[in-house]
Amino acid sequence: MVLMKQGDNEYPGIKIGLEIHCQLTGLQSKLFCSCFCNYHGLEPNGNICPICCGLPGTLPLLNKTAVESACMVSLALDCKIPDNITFYRKNYFYPDLPKNFQLTQYNAYGITSIGVGGSLKYGEKTSRIRRIQLEEDPGRLVYESGGIDFSSSYTLIDYNRAGISLVEIVTEPDFTDPKDVRVFLNKITSIIEHLGVCNTKRQGSVRCDANISIQGGKRVEIKNVGSFKEVEKALNYEIARQKTMSMHDIKVLAETRDWDDARKVTKQSRAKEEEQDYRYFPEPDIPTILLGEEYVSSIRKKMPELPYERKNRFIAYYELSDHISQVLIDNKELADFFESAVKIYSSPKEIANWIVTELLRYTDDDITEAKIDSSSIPNQSSSLFAGLKIDPNQIAELAILIDRNTINRNTAKIILTQIIKTGEMPSQVLARTDVLKIEDKIIISEAVESVFKAEKSAIRDAKNNPNVANFLLGKVMKLTKGRADPKITLNLIKTKLDGLD
Amino acid sequence: MSKLYKLSAKEVNTGIRSGEFTAEEYIIQILERIDKVNPKVNAVICIDRNGALEKARLVDRKIREDEKIGPLAGIAIGIKDNICTSGLKTTCASKMLEEYVPPYDATVVRRLKDDDAIIIGKLNLDEFAMGSSTEFSSFGPTSNPWNTDYVAGGSSGGSAASVAASECSVSLGSDTGGSIRCPASFCSVVGLKPTYGLVSRFGLIPYANSLEQIGPIGKTVSDVVMIMKTIAGADDNDQTVQVTYRTPDYTFSSNEKMRIGLVRELTEGAEPEISKRIYSAMDLFTNLDCKCEEISMNYVDYALASYYTIAMAEASSNLSRYDNIRYGFNFTPDGYEWNAYFAKVRSNFGDEVKRRIIVGTYVLSSAYYGKYYLKAQKIRTMLKQELRSLFKKYDILIAPTMPILPFKFGEKIDDPIKMFMIDIDTVIANLAGVPAITVPAGFSNDLPIGLQIMASEFQEQKLFNAALLFESNTNINRSPEL
Repeated sequence: MVLMKQGDNEYPGIKIGLEIHCQLTGLQSKLFCSCFCNYHGLEPNGNICPICCGLPGTLPLLNKTAVESACMVSLALDCKIPDNITFYRKNYFYPDLPKNFQLTQYNAYGITSIGVGGSLKYGEKTSRIRRIQLEEDPGRLVYESGGIDFSSSYTLIDYNRAGISLVEIVTEPDFTDPKDVRVFLNKITSIIEHLGVCNTKRQGSVRCDANISIQGGKRVEIKNVGSFKEVEKALNYEIARQKTMSMHDIKVLAETRDWDDARKVTKQSRAKEEEQDYRYFPEPDIPTILLGEEYVSSIRKKMPELPYERKNRFIAYYELSDHISQVLIDNKELADFFESAVKIYSSPKEIANWIVTELLRYTDDDITEAKIDSSSIPNQSSSLFAGLKIDPNQIAELAILIDRNTINRNTAKIILTQIIKTGEMPSQVLARTDVLKIEDKIIISEAVESVFKAEKSAIRDAKNNPNVANFLLGKVMKLTKGRADPKITLNLIKTKLDGLD
Repeated sequence: MSKLYKLSAKEVNTGIRSGEFTAEEYIIQILERIDKVNPKVNAVICIDRNGALEKARLVDRKIREDEKIGPLAGIAIGIKDNICTSGLKTTCASKMLEEYVPPYDATVVRRLKDDDAIIIGKLNLDEFAMGSSTEFSSFGPTSNPWNTDYVAGGSSGGSAASVAASECSVSLGSDTGGSIRCPASFCSVVGLKPTYGLVSRFGLIPYANSLEQIGPIGKTVSDVVMIMKTIAGADDNDQTVQVTYRTPDYTFSSNEKMRIGLVRELTEGAEPEISKRIYSAMDLFTNLDCKCEEISMNYVDYALASYYTIAMAEASSNLSRYDNIRYGFNFTPDGYEWNAYFAKVRSNFGDEVKRRIIVGTYVLSSAYYGKYYLKAQKIRTMLKQELRSLFKKYDILIAPTMPILPFKFGEKIDDPIKMFMIDIDTVIANLAGVPAITVPAGFSNDLPIGLQIMASEFQEQKLFNAALLFESNTNINRSPEL
C-alpha cells in the first residue's frame, strides 16, 4: 500500500480520464437475445442460447429496452442523443468472445453512439463526458487455479455473461486529482442507481478503467481495477510511480498496466504492446435505429427522479439542509431508507439527522463498492447496511419516542447501538431494559422522599442556599439511574422544600 | 409408374393431393434418382433418407385422414448446405464445420417443414458460398448436368444442378453476388434472388450479411413463386426483414404493358452468343407489346470492385468465430496455448476462403478503411441511386445473367481475378438490394444461357410477371439426359 501525504498529488499536468462500464442489470434479457440478464447463481453455461453463443447463422436481436436505458443514462449525463444510432463490430480474437468480435458503438466515421458531448458536475467541478455507448459483455474465463494464472493447464469458459448489456461512459481527461475521481464515481453510482438501470451492488456490475498522464509523460492505461474505491488507490500509486520516473529522467511510456489488488501496485499488463487494430465496421445485421426528438422526449418523460432533482425536493419539501440532503441522495439506498422512514412517521428533520449523523457511523464504506473478484460468492448484493439489522421502521419509531419525550437523545443513541445488532424495535428494547424515563409522580415522590431523609443537613441549608434544590435533583437522578424526568423531579423538590417552611 | 421425379413442384403437389400417387412413392423415386445420378453430378452431399420418407408418410397419412395439409405438401426440396437444419449436418462444404450439427432450423427451413415440404438433404456449394463454380468444396466439385465436364456454376452449384438433374423438385440457395443466379443460368433452371430484407436470413451461415438473401431455384417460374410464398415475410429472428411484407401473395397478371430497359454495358460485355440471346429476348418482349429500350448504366464498371471489397470485409469478420472452441471438428486443444490453437485450427479453411479473409482483413484495417471499404460503400450508394432513377422509368431491367457460358473444370480456378470477373452481371442486384431472377433463355453449343431480369425493391411481382411472360413464350429444355 502506498501511503500518500496530502498534497502529493499536486503535480503539474496530471490528466486523468475514465472508462466506466455499467451492466444494465435492470433489464430482463441480454442485449441481443432472450437469455436472462441476471446470470448470478446460475450453473455455468446455463444461461446461453445459439445467439449469445454466436452459433453460425444466428442474428442479433436488439433489446429495445436496453436502448431506452442507455438513452436515460445519456440524458442524465447531459449528453446529446443523435437522431439515429448504429452498432459496430470490434474485431479481435479472444476465447471469451463467442463471435470473436464484440458488438459495440464507434464514433470515428460519424456519430453512432447513444450519447455524446455530456458533462457532470461534482461539487464545484465539472467533468466532460466524451461519449456513452451501448455494447455487449463477453463471457468469463475461469482458470484452473481460480485466479488469472497463465500457467493453468486448462481454462474453462462460462458464456453466461456473454451478451449482457453494458453502458460504457467515457470521460474527457478532465480530472487532476484521484480524490475527485472518487467523488465523481460516487455521483455516477447514485445516478445509475436512481435511474434503476444498474444495481451497482451486484457483483461485477460496475467496472472502471482509467488513463493517466503527467506532464511530459505518455498516457498509461490502468485496467483490472476491482472496485470504484480501488480506482483512487490505483491512480495515487500511478501518480507516485510516474512522478518518481520523471524525477529520475526516465520516460513514462504509453502502456497498459493492471492493478494488483492484493499488492496495491500497478504492473505491466501481459497484453500485447502494439496498437491493436480492431477493424471496426458497421454491423449489417442490426438496422440503423431511429431515435429523434419525439423518442428522446418520451424517454425523458419516463425517467425516474434524478439525484439532483431528489435533493431539491428534499430541501423544498422536507426542509432539510443542503448538506443533509446531499449526503442522503449521494447514496440511493440511504435516500430510499430516509423516505421509507418518513412515510411511517413524518418527522423528516429528526429522521434525516438520525440517519446522517448516527446511523452512517455504523455503515462500512467499503461494502458500498461492488467488487468483481470472481472468486467471491455470486448473487451477493452488498448493501450499504450490510451486517446491520436496521430498517426504516426502527428509525421511525426512534423519532416517535424522541418527539413524545419518551426518551431523550442520549438514550436513543444507546438504543440505536443495540437495535442495529439485534434488529429489535426500540420499544422492545425499552420494555426490556431500564432506560425508560420515569414520569410517574408517585414513583418520583418516593425517590424524593428517600433523598430528603438521607440529606437532612442539606435541607437545613436550603433556605440560604439556592443550589440545594439542584443538589437534591442530582441525588434523585443518581438514585433513579437518570431515569426520573428532571422537570417533574425538580418541581417536586421545590414544592417539598417550600412546604418545609 | 411414370417418372415422378421429373415433375415440377406444382405437378407433384397436385398429383399427391389428388391421390394420383403418394408422397412416399414420389420420394422413393427421388431417392432412387439421387442414387443413380448423384455420383455423376455430386449435387447432394448429405441425404436425409429416413427423414424424407418419414415426412412423406406423414403427408400421406394427413391426406388419407383428410387432415389439413400445407401448400407445399409432398414436394421434395434440397437445401444448400450453408442453411441450418436442426439435427442434420450443416457444413458449408468446409472442413471447418465438417462435424457441425445445428441445434436449430433456419427460419426458411422451419417454414418449409410447416408447409409440409419434404427436405431430402443438403446440397453442395463453394466453401462458405465463396466461389462461382462450386469447385471450392471440401466435398469435391458439382458437375453441370448438361455436360459433366463443365462446372455447374456457384456458389449454389448443388442447388441448381440437383434441380436440373431432377434429384429434387426445387431447392434453396443463397445469393451474395450471384450465387443463385449463376448456377441456375449455367444449369438452365429458374433462380431468384429476392429483395434484401424479404426473406429471413436467420439460419443462413453468413458470407456477407449486407448483400445476401436466401432464394428458391426451380424448373419453372411458378415453382419458384410457390416457394417464395412460404419462405418470404417478416421474422422475429431477423430484424433486417421488412415487417411490411409479412405475407406476400403473388398473383399472375401478365397483361400489363411493361416498360423494359436492356442494360447495354452488361449485354455488350457478354460473349456474342449470349448477347445475341438477350437482344432476341428484348425482341420477344417488344412483340408481346412491351415497351423496350436500351439503357446505359454509369457505375457498372465499379460494381465488381465495390462488391468484392464489401463482401470480403464482412466475410473476414463473419468467419472469425470459427475457432473450434464451441463447435466445428474434432481436434483437441490439449497442449495448445489459445492463440496457437486458433492459428492451428483456422488453417483448416480452404484456399479461397483464406484469400478472402486476408483481403477482407486488409481492407478493414484502420489505415486502409477509408481507401477501400468507405469508397466501396460510396459506390454502392451511387449505384443504388442510379438504379432507383432507372426504375422510375422502367418496370424491369434485363441483362444476361452470366457474361460467359459454363466453363470446364479447372479453367479459372488458378486465376481468382478471372473467376471474380464472371460475377459482373449479378453483383449489381446484391449491391442495390433489388430482386433479380434468371430464366432459361436458350443454349449455345449445348450449354445453357440465362436471361436476368431485375426490378425495384420489393417488386418481385413485376419480376414474376415478366419471367412468366418470357417462359410461356419460349420453350427451353430444363431436363438434361443423365
